[in-house]
Order: sequence, then structure tokens, then C-alpha cells
Amino acid sequence: MKTKVLTLLAFLLLALPAMAGIKIEEVTSPGGIKAWLVENHDIPFTALSIQFKGGTSLDATGKRGAVNLMAALIEEGAGDLDSQGFAAARDAMAADFKFDSDQDGVSVSARFLTENRDKALDLLHLALTKPRFDAAAIERVRGQVLQNIAGNAKDPSAIAGDIVRNAAYGGHPYGTIGDGTADSVKALTRDDILAAYHGSMARDRIYVAAAGDISVADLGVLLDKLLGDLPATGAAQPADVDLAAKGGVVQKDFPGPQSSIVFYQAGVKFEDPDYIAATILNNIVGGNGFSSRLMEEVRGKRGLTYGVDSSLVSFDHAQILEGSLDTANDKAAEAIKVIRDVWADVAKNGVTQKELDDTKTYMTGAYPLRFDGNGHIAGILVGMQILGLPSTYPETRNAKVEAVTLADVNRVAAKLMAPEKLTFVVVGKADGVASSN
Amino acid sequence: MISTFGLKMLCRAAAALLMVGTAFADTVSSFKLDNGMDVVVIEDHRTAVVVHMVWYKIGAADESPGHSGIAHFLEHLMFQGTKDVAPGDLSKMVAAQGGSDNAFTTQDYTAYFQRVASDRLDLVMKLESDRMHNLDLSQKNVDTELKVILDERNQRIDSDPGSLFTEQMGAAQYMNQPYGVPVIGWRHEMETLTRQDALDFYAANYAPNNAILVVAGDVKPDDVLALAQKYYGPIPPSDKIHSRVRPTEPPQLAERRLTMADQRVAQPYVVRSYLAPERNAGDQKEAAVLTMLAQLLGGNRSTSVMAKALEFGQKIATYTSAQYDGLSIDKTTFGLVVVPADGVSLDAAEKAMDAVVAKFIKDGVDPAEFARIKAQVSAKQVYDRDNTQGLAHQYGMALASGLSVKDVQDWPGLLQAVTPEEVIAEAKTELDRKHAVTGWLTTEEAAQ
Repeated sequence: MKTKVLTLLAFLLLALPAMAGIKIEEVTSPGGIKAWLVENHDIPFTALSIQFKGGTSLDATGKRGAVNLMAALIEEGAGDLDSQGFAAARDAMAADFKFDSDQDGVSVSARFLTENRDKALDLLHLALTKPRFDAAAIERVRGQVLQNIAGNAKDPSAIAGDIVRNAAYGGHPYGTIGDGTADSVKALTRDDILAAYHGSMARDRIYVAAAGDISVADLGVLLDKLLGDLPATGAAQPADVDLAAKGGVVQKDFPGPQSSIVFYQAGVKFEDPDYIAATILNNIVGGNGFSSRLMEEVRGKRGLTYGVDSSLVSFDHAQILEGSLDTANDKAAEAIKVIRDVWADVAKNGVTQKELDDTKTYMTGAYPLRFDGNGHIAGILVGMQILGLPSTYPETRNAKVEAVTLADVNRVAAKLMAPEKLTFVVVGKADGVASSN
Repeated sequence: MISTFGLKMLCRAAAALLMVGTAFADTVSSFKLDNGMDVVVIEDHRTAVVVHMVWYKIGAADESPGHSGIAHFLEHLMFQGTKDVAPGDLSKMVAAQGGSDNAFTTQDYTAYFQRVASDRLDLVMKLESDRMHNLDLSQKNVDTELKVILDERNQRIDSDPGSLFTEQMGAAQYMNQPYGVPVIGWRHEMETLTRQDALDFYAANYAPNNAILVVAGDVKPDDVLALAQKYYGPIPPSDKIHSRVRPTEPPQLAERRLTMADQRVAQPYVVRSYLAPERNAGDQKEAAVLTMLAQLLGGNRSTSVMAKALEFGQKIATYTSAQYDGLSIDKTTFGLVVVPADGVSLDAAEKAMDAVVAKFIKDGVDPAEFARIKAQVSAKQVYDRDNTQGLAHQYGMALASGLSVKDVQDWPGLLQAVTPEEVIAEAKTELDRKHAVTGWLTTEEAAQ
């Protein structure tokens, strides 16, 4: 039974995937705005992705939720168009614009048919440079935000997320959710929203990428038209913060058959030379779908949960290694113990050569599969620029993964995995689980 | 606009409202193997990726009474090994190649898929064809997996009052059709499912003549056909497969109403669900009209009839939506949802919703909104080509729901051909509360 499996694997290891033929062009507009482009003329549309660094972490003191509300209002009327007029103009040419915000940025993603490119960009330009922030739109969207906040207050995983943020980042902007509180959002005025707009959407923090049916020359013209008259500078970026993880358990009651559990400890900086080894390690522990240690121990062997994962996240100003699962209240204590055991085992004994080899083939095989479709490519290209990567990175990335040795991963495991600092936040009536002192 | 408010509609798997097929038929080829297995190939040569899917024409609605959840349980057990591949190894082998894999079950079908570099198609086809006829289950793995699906029910349904409410709505909507039983199963029946139940369901339903292979990406149709003949071709067809004839609905003559209160509810809402016709092979006209009706009533967060009247005009709602998905073997539903603004009662919200629909039927279709929806239907055919996995999904769902490749390709044209008069006539006949369920989900405080 096992022989055949091994044969299959041996056959497969022979063929290493080649990097997809992604050609990234670095474009600088006549006005000096930079962007990356992957041209592909197979389908007559273009995907555009823009990120303004900073996001909800730029909220002024006492104005929590201002950037989030502002970003949600950009599409609610601009220039001489009110909210419905703007939507009608956009939909008549079947363009899509999405505006979003998180703790590190305000993002804009757009797609438009080639036949409508000029009109679509005029409209997007209007939204970016002349948003109206009408009183009626503010009140309507404020109501939606307040309902989200009320919903999160009754969502155990959102409650767990709030507890983690508070405990991990304290008074830093990362310490509270960017939506704000009901009180802070109710108190926001139109002037606060305008201040958030001016502070967060400036040219000194902009990252742009496009993919699809557009040439370098056309993209250059587009960049100047779209972004050239945004203000040059905005609000100061926040400082970095060291994550606090004390170990132990924080438990909060919540009704229902299950508990939502989040566990976390300090992560690794993207710039750290061990970052790729740490990523491989996380994939082995809990990042790699059905094949991870956590999935095997918690779900596969014991059926304690439907799913458990871990991720190594490098934000602009902090790094965290965190995981989550939902589990029945009578199984939560056992699940926590199993996760702690996995953590301690990996810290002490490291991982195996086979786990490393499998994870390398997974990571090197999966990497080219990300670049499928204009929408995905534009998003990836913006992310690479924010991380400070060169546009040639896709050609060298897999070699960096291949170069990691078992000694590297196990050295990083011993240094990174901190069982005594691994902190569990449990929201639910988990049997035999109580907050530690 | 804040769009994170997620409301799940009735009992079927969520699906996009405008389930538009592609008109770029030149990229789609289809075959039938000698053993009866259908094959669809969708070409996209931009990236060296392939999606490989097998869709079985068997779903939760085909379960025997008392065995709810067995279709989904078997889907989980299909990862628990064959005579040649150890439990869990299929996913590991796919992951070791950088690929991803998963599966899902709905009322009408069960599907398995892998996404890998296109030169690994051989491997995933070998693995998928193996488990079509060589499943080998140990009692221990069955016992563990039963715990996993009970936990899945905990997580997806029992911990979420909105999902519990959706189950109750579905059970009230269908008086005779099996769609009233949830896909994941009722807990008390799930607890009694056995290894033998799973093996019986497998033996009765998993065979090439009950399956559709969809391969999409950087592949050539001839190469896919050759591989399919190599791996799926030798599997003999089953003589137990027969066309799906299930109990159907009698005339629904009485309006039904439900109220559910739960302390975990943050935001009350009202849902109206009308029994509605589905897309049928060669007969999709009425479903096309209903699709356009849903778009007009509640498909757009700013300019739909309900959004304009209830969110922008009267300001009594913070979210409105109309939902219809015609992909279904048997009768489906047409749904309306209103989330009232703070201080607005569910009764007032429901009355306002009905008044808006009545006014729409009286006033007729706004020609500008109708033109915008048609422009989006047309553009979606372009945008859809950027998402090959999505296209594979569209064809798989349609074929597993009894439609043909031609039906998928005819669909955008049928949507374009819908007239305002047809929409109003359809609204008059179909939006009839005699065959509808109205549900209020509310907080305990509000119910007292």
C-alpha cells in the first residue's frame, strides 16, 4: 500500500515547476508617478490596484473610525454626482471600483473594459479627488458601520480578535479595531472625515500596479490623469510596536455550543534574513492546509475541530505568529493542550527533513500559481512594492526557498517558537478553561 | 459603502446572482467517454495552471429519509484513503506539488477539485480516478471524521443564529421536496451515520456514468481527452445509476410565517422566500426573467428598487437584497431581505418591502437601470474569462444541475433578451405569498 505512494512521490519530485512567464515592467509617468505593469492583451480589460500606506492607523487621537468611514464614503458621491448618480455612471459602463481600508492602508481596486477606459478613469479620478461626503451619505454609511460594530460585539471570533489586539499592541493604533467604537463613530463629523481624507490619500504614500489590456505609454498617461493632482503629502505614519505576549489563557464567556480560540506570540520581520525559514516553519506547523502538524494532530487524529491554522503575519509596524480554531466547549481544553504540545515539540525537536522537503515543493510549486488573472496580478504587484521587493523578485524567490536547510529551519524553530509565551484567547463557555493570572 | 454585512440566504450553497455563462464558446470543448462520463475542457493559456474537477450528480437531496448528511459525510470520507493511497495522502501529494484541493456538497451535486501547475494534471487525474472506485475506509477514520462533521455543524450552523434560521426557513419552504433538509444534515441523524451507510451511498452513486469531468486552464482538449481515457476510461459504468426523480412540491396554498429569537442576534432582519421555477435544459426563459427581476429589485446597493426606496428614500433599512439562483434540479426560491434601520420594527420593514414591490409592479421597470444591468451582464462575460476556476465552476454546476454546455452558452443571450414587460408579468405571478415563507430573525429582547 505504501510502496505505490512512494513511487508516485518520487516521480513527482523530478519535475520542478518553472516560473510562469510573468514580465513586470516598471513604469514612471511623465509626471513622475511610479507603477508596475504586467501587460496582457488576451482579454479586453484592465485591472488596477492602488494602495495608500497608513490606513486606519492614521486616525487622529479621539477620531477612531474616521479613515474607515471615509474610505467607505469615497464611492458615495463625487463632483456633481450624488451617491446614486455615481453608482449609475459606474454601472452604465460596467466598471468595478472597490475602496477599502485596514490597519496599513487605504486600497482602491478597479477594473474596466478597454472600450470604456477613458470614461471609467475620469469617474475614478472624480472619486479620488472630489469626494462629496454628503451629509445624507455620511449618516447612511455611519448606520451601516454602527451595525457592523454591533454585529462584531456578538461574534465570538471578532471578540477574540479585539482581545488579542488590545493585549498584543496596547496603546498603538493596532491595539483597537479600525472600525472604531459605537461612541467614537457616532461623534465623527464631516470635518473629521475630510481630515482623514487629506491625511491618508496623498502621493507620498502611494503604490500602484496594473495588469491587462494596457500599454506602458497608456498607463503613464493614465497615472498622471488619475493621481497627479492628489496632495503631495499626508499625515505622519505611526511608529513600530513590539508585540506583547505573556503566555497563559484569557477566557471570556459567550453563549453557544462552541468556543472561538485565537492563539498568538511574536512573529518575524519581513526584512529578517530568517523570514523565509520562518515561513517554511509556519507552513509545516499550521499554514499548509490539510497537511500541517496542527491539522493532523487536532483534526486528523482527534477530530477536535473542523479546522485549525496558523499564520505568520508581517504588518507594516508589527509581526505576529497567530492561529485560530473553533471547537466544541467540551473539547476546548484538550485542543489547547494539543496545540501547546505541538508548539513545545517543534521548539525542542524541530521538524523533519521530509516535512521540509514537502513544504519546499509546496511553496515553490504554489508560487507561480498565484499569478493567475489580471486582478490577482495587480494585487500581488502592489504588495511586492510595499514590501520593498525588486520587480525581478518572482524570478529569484523560489531559489531563496530552495536554499533553506533543515539546520536553518530548526535553528529558527528553537528561537521563534515560544511555548511559554504562546497566549490563548478563548471566547465561549469552554469546560475547564479559565483565565490565568 | 460598507459591504461586509453578510446574510446567508436559504438552504443551498451560496452562488453569485448572475450566474452567467460564457459566450466565448471557442475556448470550451466537450466529450463523452465510452463509459458515459462527460468531459468539459476550458482553455486559458495565459498561466501554466490547471483546475481539475469531478462533479458527481448526487447531492443531499438524493439521500434516503433518516440519513440526512450522508452525501456530505461521504465527501469527507473520500479523503480517507483507497487501496493504494493512505488516508490524507491525496491532499498531501497535491500540496507537495504546490497545489490545493478541496470538495463541496450541495443539495444537487458533490464536487472534488484540485488546482495545480498544468504539467501535474496527470497526477491529480490519477488520484481522483482512483478514489472513484477504490475507496477503502477504516472504522477508526470513519469515527474520527464523524466528529469532524459534527464540529463542522457546530461551527457553521449551531453557532450562528442566522444559519439556524436559514435551516428553519428551508424546512418551512419545502413541504415535500427534500431541499427542506439541510445539506450538512440534522444533528440527531448525523450522529447515527455509519461506515456502511457511507459505503452503500458510494456504491450506489459514484461511477463514471454519474460524473462530469471539468478541466480548465493551460491544457489542450485532445491531451485532456487522452488522459481522461487513460484514467477514467477503464472504470466500468454502474447499472444502478438512474435519472434523479425526487418528490416534488404539491401546490402551496397557504402563506407560512416564522419568528425566531436568539440572544446572539445582533441585527434583526426579515426574509421573504417565494417558491420559484428553476433553469431547465432547453427551457431557461422564465429563470432568465426571474434573474433580471432579482437584479432590478435588489441587485444593486445604490440603484436597485429596494435600495432606492428603503435605504435612500425612506431611510428605514440599512441593507436590502433580492436573491435568485436558477441553478437547481427542482423548484428553487426567490428571496427578499430587509435589515431595518435602528428603531424600525420588523413589521414596519416588511410592510415597506411589500409596498415597494407593489409599487414596482404598478410603475414598471426603470429603463436606465435595466440598461445598466444588461451592460453588466455583457461585461461579465469579459471579466469572467479572467477567472478560469470560476468558469470551470460555472460549467460544473450547470451540468451537474441537468443543463448542457449549450444551455450555459445560451444564458447570457437569454438575459439580454428579457423585456421589461416580461419582468413585470413574472413579478405579478411569482411574488405570491401563498407559496412564500416570511421569516423574522430577532433578538430575544425584541421578541419579549
